[in-house]
Amino acid sequence: MTTLPVIVVGASLGGLRTAESLRRSGYDGPITVIGDESHLPYQRPPLSKAALHGADDALENLTFAHRPAISDVTWVTGTRVVSADLGANIVTDDRGEVRTFSALVVATGVRPRRLHVPGGATEGRYALRTIDDARSLRDVLTPGTRVVIAGAGFIGCEVAATAIGLGCDVHVVGTTAVPMEAALGHDLGAAMQVRHEDHGVAFSMGTRITAALGHPYLAHVDLADGRTLACDVLVEAVGSSPNVEWISSNDVDATRGLRTDSAMRVVRADGSPHDNVFAVGDVASYPHPHHGIESASVEHWNIPTETAKRAASVMAPMLAGDPSHLDVAATPFAPLPSFWTDQYDVHLLAYGMTRLADRSTLLAGDLAGECLVGYYRDHRLVGVCGIGMTGQMLTYRKELMAQPLAAGTAA
Amino acid sequence: MINVKVDMSQCQHYGQCVLEAPHVFELNAKDRLEYVAQVADDDREAIEDAIDICPMQAISMAR
Repeated sequence: MTTLPVIVVGASLGGLRTAESLRRSGYDGPITVIGDESHLPYQRPPLSKAALHGADDALENLTFAHRPAISDVTWVTGTRVVSADLGANIVTDDRGEVRTFSALVVATGVRPRRLHVPGGATEGRYALRTIDDARSLRDVLTPGTRVVIAGAGFIGCEVAATAIGLGCDVHVVGTTAVPMEAALGHDLGAAMQVRHEDHGVAFSMGTRITAALGHPYLAHVDLADGRTLACDVLVEAVGSSPNVEWISSNDVDATRGLRTDSAMRVVRADGSPHDNVFAVGDVASYPHPHHGIESASVEHWNIPTETAKRAASVMAPMLAGDPSHLDVAATPFAPLPSFWTDQYDVHLLAYGMTRLADRSTLLAGDLAGECLVGYYRDHRLVGVCGIGMTGQMLTYRKELMAQPLAAGTAA
Repeated sequence: MINVKVDMSQCQHYGQCVLEAPHVFELNAKDRLEYVAQVADDDREAIEDAIDICPMQAISMAR
C-alpha cells in the first residue's frame, strides 16, 4: 500500500467530512487537508445570523468538533493551492511547495460574486463567506447604520433580518419580483417579503444597483430604475463563483463548477473519470438523472456531507486496490438536498430541488403563519418547503425519496 | 453506552436527526424534538450522522 497521502484541497465542511468518511470507509493511510483560510473547518450558516451579533465567542465557537478517528489528519491552513497536475499527481501551493497525492479531493467551494459597478466607492462594500468577512461586517452593523443589501436570496435576506435586529436601517435590492423567488417561488417569497417589511426592512425589487458612489467611502448607490439610496454599508449577496481556476488547465470540465460522475470522480472533457480525483461540496457539479439534468452543483447544507461520504465510499476501496470500488461507483447516487433558513422567528426547512419547479402550491396551513408548500415540475413533486409543520413534511419527504431514479429522464 | 445530548437552546426542531437515527430521536405530536439520552455503542455511526446533519449543530455525544 502506498504511503502517499490523500490530499484534500479545501478545509471547510466538505474537506472535514471527506476525512471523516475516509476513516469510516476503512482507509487508514495519511490524509492532508490544505485550506487557504487560517481557520480549521467551521460552520458557515451562522455567519449571516447569530454570529453577526456582538458577542465575540459567537464567532470563536463555530469550529467543528474533531472526532478521534481524524486526530492524525494533517491540516495545512493559511495555504492556497495554486495549481494541480493531474498527470503527475501533484499540487503546488502559494509558497511553491509541491505535494504528491495518491488521490486528490477538490473541496474548494465557491466565493461570493462581487458587483462590478462604477462610482469609485471602495470602502464600505462587503461580501459574506468567511469568518473574517463576518467579523468585518459585524463591526459596522451598528444602530442607525444605513445598510443596502444587493441580492434578495437567502444570504441577503438573512443578513437583512439580522441587521434590522441590530438597529440598522435596511434596504434590500433584488433583481427578481420577490425575495428568494428562485428557491421559494413567488407566493412564499412574497409572504416572506411581508414578514420582512413588518420588521421594517425596505425592498426595491425588480431592479439592480448600477453604481456605488463615494471616494473612497460609500455614500450612496444608484438603481437601474433611476432612484438613489443613501447608505453607509453595501452588502453584496449576489451569488457565487466556483473556485476552480487552480485546476481548470487540466483535462477537466470546469464550465459550471467542476464536473464529476455520479461517484464524485472528476471527469475529463470526454466524460471519462479520473480514477483518483474527486470533487465534493459546493464546487462539485454532479449528475441528477432523475431530474433529467446532466450536471449541476447544489449549494445546500447537506450536500458537502452527502458527496463526501459518496466519494470516500469509492476512494477507500480504490486506494486499497480492491476492484469492488467499481461496483460501488456504479450504484445510484441521488442525495435529496435539504436546506433551511432562520429569519426572525421563521424557521424554514426545505427538501428537494425547488428551483426546478414550474409551479408551487400551498399544501397546508397559511403562508403568513405555519405552512407547507409543494413544488412541481411537469406535475411531479420536486421539492417541499415548510415553516413549522415538520412532522407533516416528512410525508412529502418520503414521496420525494421514493421517486424512481430513472423517472423523468426526458428533460 | 453513549451519552447523547441536544442543546435545546439551539435546537429548532428541524427533525434532521430523526431521519438519521429514528430510534434515538423523534418529533412528538407537537413537532418538538424528544430523544433518548443513553444509547448502545452500536448506534455510534447513526448518532454521528445525526450530529453531522443537524442544521443547528446542536447534538453532541460522549462515552
